[in-house]
Amino acid sequence: MLNLNNVRFQQGDFGLTADFSVPTGARVAVIGPSGGGKSTFLNGIAGFIGTDMGQVLWAGELMPDHPGKRPLSILFQEHNLFPHLSVMDNVAVGISPNMRLSHTQRHEVSVALDKVGLADKSASFPRDLSGGQKGRVGLARVFLRQRPLLLLDEPFSALGPALKDEMLDILCEILDDTDATALMVTHDPKDALAFADQAVLVADGHADAPKPIQQLFDAPPPALAAYLGNRT
Amino acid sequence: MAIYQAFRLDFDLGKAASLAVVQFSLCGSLAVLAFLVPLPQTNGLGLGRLPQRVDASAHRTVDAFWIIAAAAFLIFPLGAIFLRGVSYIPNLPHQVIAASLTSILIALISTVVCITMALSLALAFARRGKFARSLAEGIGVLGLATSPLVVGTGLFLIIFPYAHPMTFAVPITASVNAMMALPFALRVLMPAVRETYADYLHLRSSLNMTRWVWLSRIVLPQLRRPLGFAAGLAVALSMGDLGVIALFADPDLQTLPLMLYRLMGAYQMDQAAAVAVVLVVQSLALFWMFDRGGRGYVESK
Repeated sequence: MLNLNNVRFQQGDFGLTADFSVPTGARVAVIGPSGGGKSTFLNGIAGFIGTDMGQVLWAGELMPDHPGKRPLSILFQEHNLFPHLSVMDNVAVGISPNMRLSHTQRHEVSVALDKVGLADKSASFPRDLSGGQKGRVGLARVFLRQRPLLLLDEPFSALGPALKDEMLDILCEILDDTDATALMVTHDPKDALAFADQAVLVADGHADAPKPIQQLFDAPPPALAAYLGNRT
Repeated sequence: MAIYQAFRLDFDLGKAASLAVVQFSLCGSLAVLAFLVPLPQTNGLGLGRLPQRVDASAHRTVDAFWIIAAAAFLIFPLGAIFLRGVSYIPNLPHQVIAASLTSILIALISTVVCITMALSLALAFARRGKFARSLAEGIGVLGLATSPLVVGTGLFLIIFPYAHPMTFAVPITASVNAMMALPFALRVLMPAVRETYADYLHLRSSLNMTRWVWLSRIVLPQLRRPLGFAAGLAVALSMGDLGVIALFADPDLQTLPLMLYRLMGAYQMDQAAAVAVVLVVQSLALFWMFDRGGRGYVESK
């Protein structure tokens, strides 16, 4: 379980408050207007920005300060892959930052690439891959790392609808396999509904406790209603 | 020129030092003035895509005129040298080989020193605020504003009481040349370092990558292209330099530009032209090798 105990993430002169918990295995969409603090929320849980109040706990324990030591994986909107590293190395950095692999680790990387259907691309470089394939490399790394918490900052927003669905399918499969808890920032209500069972609304520097997503869209609070317009 | 003459002709170190102070104050004040003028914003190295210029056709004729005009400025003197010099290359005295080797040695040492300094400064300052970045570039420009002869005079004065300054001609010329190329190398490296950190720092820390792996496996390979280009600039600038070497070299030690200068002084114009051809070819070859080396992995995949 992820606990946000009366926490405040501070980035420059922008602060974001949250006070709730997310149960293990939940799939949560993070929605809300631009500038409301969605990225700050995710960056705070990731450990890229500090808290000036409250605590972030995972499984009852305080999260370490260093982002790399937190029990989580992140997919960013872009720059998930190092352009000069092969697909193999880009996945391998997930478990071995110096890219030196033991025999077992090498096998695990192959399994992860196989999982996302890129077994034959391990020697390719990111510039040779399509947008969808790049997304899969990121997912292979997430799968390989087997961290219990996954943070996604609109990683597929640049893909077309069909590819996006494909990525979400692979993602859900990985989540099923690993029992991970996932928080995904998204701008698209359709993606949110397809992926998540709950949603956190982030607006005006505050993150609300997660609510069942359908319920939230059926009776949106004013901030969400203004953000969605008349489309749902 | 006055510093050089005070040095080589009068050997009046006091006068050389006073002249150096004058030049330093002049350059220093100009540098401060230049510092007050804001730099245009550069957006780093772009996205690696070819931009579509919809206004291209309108500018083409005017652009062509200016490019040809600028090229002519180089092509005619270079052409004159080639026409006159090429046929004299076989008749050059054998010293040209020693001079070439000295030039290349100095240029290579100077490039290593310059890139090390530029990279250290860029890594230390590129991620800090605008002021820190201008400060680092200011440090870089300081060497250039000081002028090689002034620094050379200073080094000569420091070494003179203890040892024969000529003994240190190679390391001193190499370090002063490195200093001259530093601002250019910084200009190339700063935005590239900044961009790499901006793009990948979060990924680095989320993967718990150590500083060493980050620098050796990520930052340096990412900087390969700008590093190659900066090294190319540094090597070419050092190859063509005629500064401190003129103060420090004894008759037995010379670089190609110094040999060229001495030949011209002796009115050996044909040989001078031949040396100039050798110099241009070597400088271009070295620049090309470094710059090309920086592009290596893109081509070879």
